Amino acid sequence: MTLISLWYGQNHGLLPMAASNDAGEVDELFNFMMTIATGLFLLVEGVLVYSLFKFRRQKGDTTDGPPIEGNVPLEIVWTAIPTVIVFILSIYSFEIYNRMGGLDPMAAGDPGPQMMAHSHHHSELVALDTSQQNIALGLGISPESQQGINPLEIKVNGIQYAWVFTYPESGVISGEIHVPVNRPVALNMTAGDVIHAFWLPEFRIKQDVIPGRETNLVFTANQVGQYPVICAELCGAYHGGMKTQLYVQTEEEYAQWIQDNTFAMKESGESVAMNPVSNSDTEFLEPYAQDMGVDADTLAQLKP
Amino acid sequence: MSTTLERNAPISPPPPEQNEHPQRKWYEYFGFSTDHKVIGIQYLVTAFFFYFIGGALAEVMRTELSTPDPDFVQPEFYNQLLTMHGTIMLFLWIIPAGAAFANYLIPLMIGAEDMAFPRLNGVAFWMIPPGGILLMSSFFNGAPQAGWTSYPPLSLVSGKSGEEIWILSILILGTSSMLGAFNFVTTILLMRMPDMDIHSMPLFCWSMLATSGLIIIGTPVLGAALILLSFDLIAGTAFFNPAGGGDPIVYQHMFWFYSHPAVYIMILPFFGAISEILPVHARKPIFGYRAIAYSSLAISFLGLIVWAHHMFSSGTPGWLRMFFMATTMIIAVPTGIKVFSWCATIWGGKLSLNSAFIFAVGFLSSFLIGGLSGVMLASVPFDIHVHDTYFIVAHFHYVLFGGSVFGLFAAVYHWFPKMTGRMVNETLGQIHFVMTFIGFNITFLPMHQLGLQGMNRRIALYDPQFQFLNMVCTVGSYILALSTFPFIINIIWSLYKGEKAGRNPWRALTLEWQTASPPIIENFEEEPVLWAGPYDYGIDTESIDGDEDVEDMLAAVTSESQ
Amino acid sequence: MQGSTVDNKSQIAIASEQEAEQGHGHHEHPDFRMVGLYIFLISDSMTFIGFFAALLIYRAIMPVWPPEGMPEFELLIPIINTAILVASSFVMHEGQKSLKQNDVGGLQKYFGITAAMGAVFLAGQVYEYSHAEFGLTTNLLASCFYVLTGFHGLHVLTGVLLILCVLWRSREEGHYSASSHFGVEAAEIYWHFVDVIWLVLFVLVYLINN
Repeated sequence: MTLISLWYGQNHGLLPMAASNDAGEVDELFNFMMTIATGLFLLVEGVLVYSLFKFRRQKGDTTDGPPIEGNVPLEIVWTAIPTVIVFILSIYSFEIYNRMGGLDPMAAGDPGPQMMAHSHHHSELVALDTSQQNIALGLGISPESQQGINPLEIKVNGIQYAWVFTYPESGVISGEIHVPVNRPVALNMTAGDVIHAFWLPEFRIKQDVIPGRETNLVFTANQVGQYPVICAELCGAYHGGMKTQLYVQTEEEYAQWIQDNTFAMKESGESVAMNPVSNSDTEFLEPYAQDMGVDADTLAQLKP
Repeated sequence: MSTTLERNAPISPPPPEQNEHPQRKWYEYFGFSTDHKVIGIQYLVTAFFFYFIGGALAEVMRTELSTPDPDFVQPEFYNQLLTMHGTIMLFLWIIPAGAAFANYLIPLMIGAEDMAFPRLNGVAFWMIPPGGILLMSSFFNGAPQAGWTSYPPLSLVSGKSGEEIWILSILILGTSSMLGAFNFVTTILLMRMPDMDIHSMPLFCWSMLATSGLIIIGTPVLGAALILLSFDLIAGTAFFNPAGGGDPIVYQHMFWFYSHPAVYIMILPFFGAISEILPVHARKPIFGYRAIAYSSLAISFLGLIVWAHHMFSSGTPGWLRMFFMATTMIIAVPTGIKVFSWCATIWGGKLSLNSAFIFAVGFLSSFLIGGLSGVMLASVPFDIHVHDTYFIVAHFHYVLFGGSVFGLFAAVYHWFPKMTGRMVNETLGQIHFVMTFIGFNITFLPMHQLGLQGMNRRIALYDPQFQFLNMVCTVGSYILALSTFPFIINIIWSLYKGEKAGRNPWRALTLEWQTASPPIIENFEEEPVLWAGPYDYGIDTESIDGDEDVEDMLAAVTSESQ
Repeated sequence: MQGSTVDNKSQIAIASEQEAEQGHGHHEHPDFRMVGLYIFLISDSMTFIGFFAALLIYRAIMPVWPPEGMPEFELLIPIINTAILVASSFVMHEGQKSLKQNDVGGLQKYFGITAAMGAVFLAGQVYEYSHAEFGLTTNLLASCFYVLTGFHGLHVLTGVLLILCVLWRSREEGHYSASSHFGVEAAEIYWHFVDVIWLVLFVLVYLINN
């Protein structure tokens, strides 16, 4: 049974690929929990199935079973074992969460940096800034990588039903997100209308994007590729269509992309909001068209 | 305990018409009644009525999800369906169904003739049909579409009338549930028969005590949240609306302060029912009476301080996430105690594999999966990945369907003879179980994988790569829908043609089996007798002759007193 | 075992006789109603705690608090109101004490005064609303102010109606007596509860936000 648990815990094949180191660590945590869960599952279901066959009442037998009302040592054991397991899981989860940057003071609402966050990001980005919050929420920079390269900052705005990414360094505005590989990326996120959630399944990270508040996510991609960005908080009828792509590129490709887009932006001055649904679902363009009007307004505000 | 002076002359025979087992007339079940048994049946039937509606909505949703495109229903309508499905199943099905058994069983189990406040009890029930009809009426005018959680600001911008109807209906249903809880607590604490101390009370009463505590403390806070939301919606205040300076996260805290305990409000009554059913059909005492009783209270207490685990990826600072992770993890311990104790109760018993018992075992095996995934979800780093995905959908259906609904069916099969005086048909019951169990697992097991792979919940359109597993889920849900037919046929058939049950067909020891089936008005012909603990199986049997069973003894007791 | 049933039954008979002597009759559970009232008050206080919690959270997390442009609360009327409400609790208790001595007239006098004091409180609150410099939707604090005082005002109104109910019933000879006075006691406990909530409200709404 232990062997099966160990094997299944490592080979369940339930998770998509991991595109960052943090994601790998979350997967290890999941595998660990899966191992324990499989063990407990087999144990309890085994007992149930065995009992169903072994202890079936014989026909005509109206006597009762043995009058066992409890067993204190046994009960202590099965109280102690789950206690120990959840204790270990808590410590382990805490470790992983800390390494992911969840307790980074910038992200955890520490009073000092709060004010900084406030003054730095208090901008026309948030249309509703009467309610501008100064508690930053989400995942910060991992403690290990803190004193490394400074992260690439990207502003994320979630609106029904699209993501808008602004690169403050170059002024590029895009409906897709492009990031260089192996460099920390810090997302400063807010929403324009209702609550959305920014989810990168391949990175195992998610953070609600809340109107009137700023939230953060920091991640470092370690594999070049194209990954889905999904809205994971019900945000209206076309919530399911609120998707875009994350392109993790090499440093050169990324620089090229920034350059092309800076150029394009200057030329056209047009909004570049992307249609969030992929090409096939043309019938959904209709409702978006109206939203696009709103989008264009929002984008106009975003222009540097 | 309430005895009358007239009843204090037990030797004299009761008046002749009482000998005929006075029963309620059929029409009394359709009017205002103060009889806890009538009210219990009213609750149960109403709950099942809404179960079928909620189930039909779910089938429409699953049909829609069999293809990645929203071709069967419009996405707006899909969101209405998911909101109504959730609301109906929680507030009009599981919670009233728990209250149904509480109403029917508590006075019988503790040897009382009715609830402490019978009229209040009637009022509590009669708030449910208006609340339910009000909620359903929103379909004609644009049903709410912000999910059963109704998070602002979405709930403020997605259809005013539907949302307001939703709020009103939840306020009505919440009040009803609170009135019920006042009754349960008072009845359990103060109306037990004189020689029943709190530790010889059936475990169902313990679990209802824990449930009622949660209702009393949690529901008003939801009421407060909904009143504020209502002001935002109608009066234009901005408590939760960031556009006017409010904060939507405050709503989430207030909402989950009730709605997490609500999960325990929905599962604890059926924990109690399972604790009753397993010992009877395994012919063994419950294993660890006090551990199970106290763990209900522990779950109830811990349930009040874990709410923010629904908000790990929301506006919750890191240190709070860690605090709520720890409390949530701890709740696994009392739950584990219960599961292990139930397994130990079965172990070595003499199991009758009837419908009630196999549903109880089905409860154990499905709830186990929901419990295990629950511990995983408590872990913040993992929860951040799967929050608001189909993994969550799978988890709470394993808890609420695999747990509560299986427990509920077990309870229906177990107490049906008491409620109606007739046995159910075992063959149909077992077909019902097999179809439910298979359909349930086919529907919800693949959802774990969907969520892990990246399918978010509450969507009418999804990535085509998930289509195969969604097809599987949809097929499973059809099996599940079909599984209700043997159940309905069985109930209707047994009601008229079922074998007569007699007082105590299961040879059970709790007090509700000491009276006629169905019990007479005011429950007991003469004072019930506490001649054994609720689970003393196998303890006294040595002194009984082999061929004399509990029923004979009961008959003897009855005749003796008349 | 069957022998023991007989024993038990006689025990029960004895127990029921004792109960009957104590006046616990069929369908009459005065003590249960009191328990029910207390449980209800726990629930009701949770509603207030929900509102108070929302207010305190706003106060803690909002960068600017009290919100810009919010005038300070005028304290004169609320202080008078507080005094009236606290005093009314004592007046009401006098009424209950009178009844305990079978003085129904005293009960009517003191309860009448209490109801009048409650009405004055409500009038004061209406005056306060009509002279406030802010409306329901002016800002968060104003909204909280109106919802909390309004919800509390509803409770005061309910209390006044309960007292009037008691007064109405007390006209009937012997409806309330030194030994049977659930309605009187319930109304009084409810009134004290409303009073205590007001004190908390006064601190949390008026004092700490000025």
